[in-house]
Amino acid sequence: MQPDSVELAEAAAVWSGAYVHVPFCARVCPYCDFNVVAGRDDLQHRYESAVLAEIESEPAWRSLDSVAFGGGTPSRIPARSLAAIVLAIRQRFGLVEGAEVSLEANPEDWSEPLAESLIAGGFNRVSFGAQSFDPAVLVGLGRLHDPADIDNGVKSARQAGFGSVSLDLIFGTPGESMASWQRSVERALELEPDHLSLYALTVERGTALSRAIKGGAPAPDEDDQADKYETAQELLAAARYVRYEVSNFARAGHACRYNLLTWAQGEYLGFGPGAHGHRSASRYRNIHRLDAYLEAVEAGTRPEQGRDQLSSWEREQERLILGLRRAAGAVAGCAGEALLESEWGRRLLGAGVLGSFGGRIVVDKPLLGDDVARAVLALAPIDC
Amino acid sequence: MSSPVSIRNFSIIAHIDHGKSTLADRMLERAGAVSEREMRAQVLDTMDLERERGITIKAQAVRLEHKAPDGERFVLNLIDTPGHVDFSYEVSRSLAACEGAVLLVDAAQGVEAQTLANAYLAIEAGLEVIPVINKIDLPAADPERVSEELASILGIDADEVIRVSAKTGEGIDELLNRIVRDVPPPTTDGGDLRALVFDSYYDSYRGVVCYVRVVDGTLAPGDSLLFSATAERHTASEVGFLTPLAVPVARLGPGEVGYLITGVKEIDRIRVGDTISHPGSARIQPLPGYAEPRPMVYSGLFPSDGEDFERLREALEKLRLNDASLVFEPETSRALGFGFRCGFLGLLHMEIVRERLEREYNLDLVATSPSVAYHVTTTDGSSFEIRSPQDLPDRGRIQFLEEPYVRAMIIAPSEYTGTIMELVQARRGTMDHMQYLSPERVELIYNLPLAEVVFDFFDQLKSRTRGYASLDYEPGEYRASDLVKVDVLLNGQSVDAFSAITHQDKAYQYGKQMVERLRRLIPRQLFDVPIQAAIGSRVIARETVKARRKDVIAKCYGGDVSRKRKLLERQKEGKRRMKMVGSVEVPQEAFISALRIDSET
Ligand SMILES: Nc1nc2c(ncn2[C@@H]2O[C@H](COP(=O)(O)OP(=O)(O)OP(=O)(O)O)[C@@H](O)[C@H]2O)c(=O)[nH]1
Ligand code: SF4
Ligand SMILES: [Mg+2]
Repeated sequence: MQPDSVELAEAAAVWSGAYVHVPFCARVCPYCDFNVVAGRDDLQHRYESAVLAEIESEPAWRSLDSVAFGGGTPSRIPARSLAAIVLAIRQRFGLVEGAEVSLEANPEDWSEPLAESLIAGGFNRVSFGAQSFDPAVLVGLGRLHDPADIDNGVKSARQAGFGSVSLDLIFGTPGESMASWQRSVERALELEPDHLSLYALTVERGTALSRAIKGGAPAPDEDDQADKYETAQELLAAARYVRYEVSNFARAGHACRYNLLTWAQGEYLGFGPGAHGHRSASRYRNIHRLDAYLEAVEAGTRPEQGRDQLSSWEREQERLILGLRRAAGAVAGCAGEALLESEWGRRLLGAGVLGSFGGRIVVDKPLLGDDVARAVLALAPIDC
Repeated sequence: MSSPVSIRNFSIIAHIDHGKSTLADRMLERAGAVSEREMRAQVLDTMDLERERGITIKAQAVRLEHKAPDGERFVLNLIDTPGHVDFSYEVSRSLAACEGAVLLVDAAQGVEAQTLANAYLAIEAGLEVIPVINKIDLPAADPERVSEELASILGIDADEVIRVSAKTGEGIDELLNRIVRDVPPPTTDGGDLRALVFDSYYDSYRGVVCYVRVVDGTLAPGDSLLFSATAERHTASEVGFLTPLAVPVARLGPGEVGYLITGVKEIDRIRVGDTISHPGSARIQPLPGYAEPRPMVYSGLFPSDGEDFERLREALEKLRLNDASLVFEPETSRALGFGFRCGFLGLLHMEIVRERLEREYNLDLVATSPSVAYHVTTTDGSSFEIRSPQDLPDRGRIQFLEEPYVRAMIIAPSEYTGTIMELVQARRGTMDHMQYLSPERVELIYNLPLAEVVFDFFDQLKSRTRGYASLDYEPGEYRASDLVKVDVLLNGQSVDAFSAITHQDKAYQYGKQMVERLRRLIPRQLFDVPIQAAIGSRVIARETVKARRKDVIAKCYGGDVSRKRKLLERQKEGKRRMKMVGSVEVPQEAFISALRIDSET
């Protein structure tokens, strides 16, 4: 099915997923504000046991359509740990026929034997943190691999039998020229990945990047990033990749299930430190800090840090906000109709950011999507 | 009650910061009026703002006792006055209650503009002026030179000038003795009560407290009193003097200075400058009063949150209880909503009022560009005053416009004469005359449009003369000028809050500066926003805020939907502080920053 098809987008609402957070990294990249630890690889063994214990104590649930390992750097822990976790999940909940089992990997960690072990352990999708094919940009991003590692990674993943290979690219790093970016996209396309994620470099609070910028280093530029996004979009469209979400492009049949599930407001379980889950109208999160998480699990308690129970109106707003990130858009529904009638919504329509047809709403200018989300949040609550 | 022969009434007058309040401290200490525990620097500066800024805003009267070397006891009534030009009317009022004035000059700074201005006020009021040089302890003090300057201005001998240090206390006794010797005791015609109300303030417990100077007769609690200007009668409930604490007494006699409480709660019912007498007595001849202080600049004050309009009104009314010079009337702005057009004595006064409103009344305010009052004569021959650019009639209906001028006095080292002339010329000033106070110091008198003086003229003057020049000014006449109204348009719609009346030659500069500032202050929107400055339909400057192109969180990591939502919620709150001007979102901050006068030139 085409990645941007309405049927696929809506079907994902009833899928079930699991997210496993692997917090280990070789070092912390200057722009990263994810939940990571560097230099604590000594905790990997305890980590594996804790995640397994967490899965064991989770009440039985439905068979899963998608299991996603994110991080951090999942490829940093031994393949047998990853396989053990997949096995535990399979045994506890079951996986549907053709379920997606995916991990994020850093190219410098990758090798043929690792690829083979992961296939043996049940993985069928890998997403490489390629970021750029320009060595200077990679250095600027604090990445440890070189472009050749990406080529090798993709090749060996294919050889080992990964059914879906994806590349993440970051654009708009200060100092990256348009030519460099264009070249990175072309190099990525030469590898014929099934899926591509393009992320604008974002300055997050509290990161080394944000401190450097406060100290006078150049900041990413909005226009430069917009130009690069548009350029990439053209190159990808010409190569028959379909944009199905703000940052995600895929060939037919290769849209990421875990992504689709998230934006369709589907339910998923979360394992590992700081992992998030979504069940029964409630969004919960695990203890963020690795050591505190480990202690909680080892003490036999549920490592939950907090949860937000959403009202029906909040769920309706969320459905629309998440759905509108997709190219397929969302069923207008009660919040969508209110949005189209609101003053803010009318302005967005007038500016060509929003479009509406056949009971659905779509965001036609994905780069301005957050303004739409804010407009949804600004709506007065309605009894739907 | 003291006999008039043993009373001395004097004000301390000087240029700003020359040490009036500190000198008052030393005198209070000598007299043992303030216990050591109560003593703090500039004890008479009681308002928080006075203490923070280290300046006197409101004149303060205080009574102290002094024993002369021969053992004779005197009562001294001292009035500490503000030095800043905005508050010079406070000086005039204070002088009317005195027979003498201590003219203080900083030994390092020398004679400055308010030294002269205040000296002239004292001489005109017929007061005995005692010349004093302060801060002789400073390493940079040059008492010889400053004595010469003072002597030549006052036409006296240089060795009549007393030298003191209000910091160390040196020379204070000599000064007190000189005051007793030279300041004439108050005189009285021996008749029934006549007293001058020279100031008033509002006390939330006691109502209006009047500062009075009894000229003739006595004033006692229980007296029925006639206030001649208002023709109202009130009964004195308490009289007394300030030490600086209020000490009630059985009566105030001729020549004495003190306070009077009548139970009146509304400050408007007591006119400062009024004469008090006993009803039915033959004393109908009022004492010379004062002209009401006239506002020099006007500005619109608007609550950031429209809900606060009523609170702003209440706060202004309360401030007015203690500040009769503050005037205000409701004003409506399309961009800013409901607020007040307020009149101030100058920019410092404006800043102080605004700060008090924000701090003491917890209001968040937007102030529009300060403007002076213009006189408009329309084609049908009628004339009126406008205090806001919004009130200017259409260009076709205006026959001519007049703007207020001031007589400005600048004192500076003579080497800066050329620099000052340049600056004044750029501000459309013309020289009236100049005179050397000494070979090194020159006094320059100019006629200048008030509008040119109130904006950053003083800062410019200071920076171009390395801080050595000082400025004083007094209102002059209205003169016809080539004035135009510059409008600022956002996406084709004029924003009243940014309109200004300027001289034709300055219109382009104003327009260009506003559009440039606004381009930086207005966030990118969903569409291109043209920003134009125009005179009528003629655009004189233009900038564009390009449409926003990227506003989206790239990644929603690990399904962390709650975090994304919270971030968006916060950003949405930011939006709430935006004002819609037509279809353009303008942050509150933009109004404040664009209208800030000191940010750049
Ligand atoms: N060294 C020295 N400093 C002094 C002396 N007298 C006053 N000062 C300082 O000069 C500054 C201004 O003193 P104030 O007494 O506030 O001056 P003012 O004339 O009352 O000022 P305004 O009321 O604002 O016009 C303060 O920092 C004082 O400490 C003095 O004799 N010697
Ligand atoms: S590798 Fe990824 S998760 Fe780890 S620090 Fe870098 S950006 Fe963050
Ligand atoms: Mg003072």
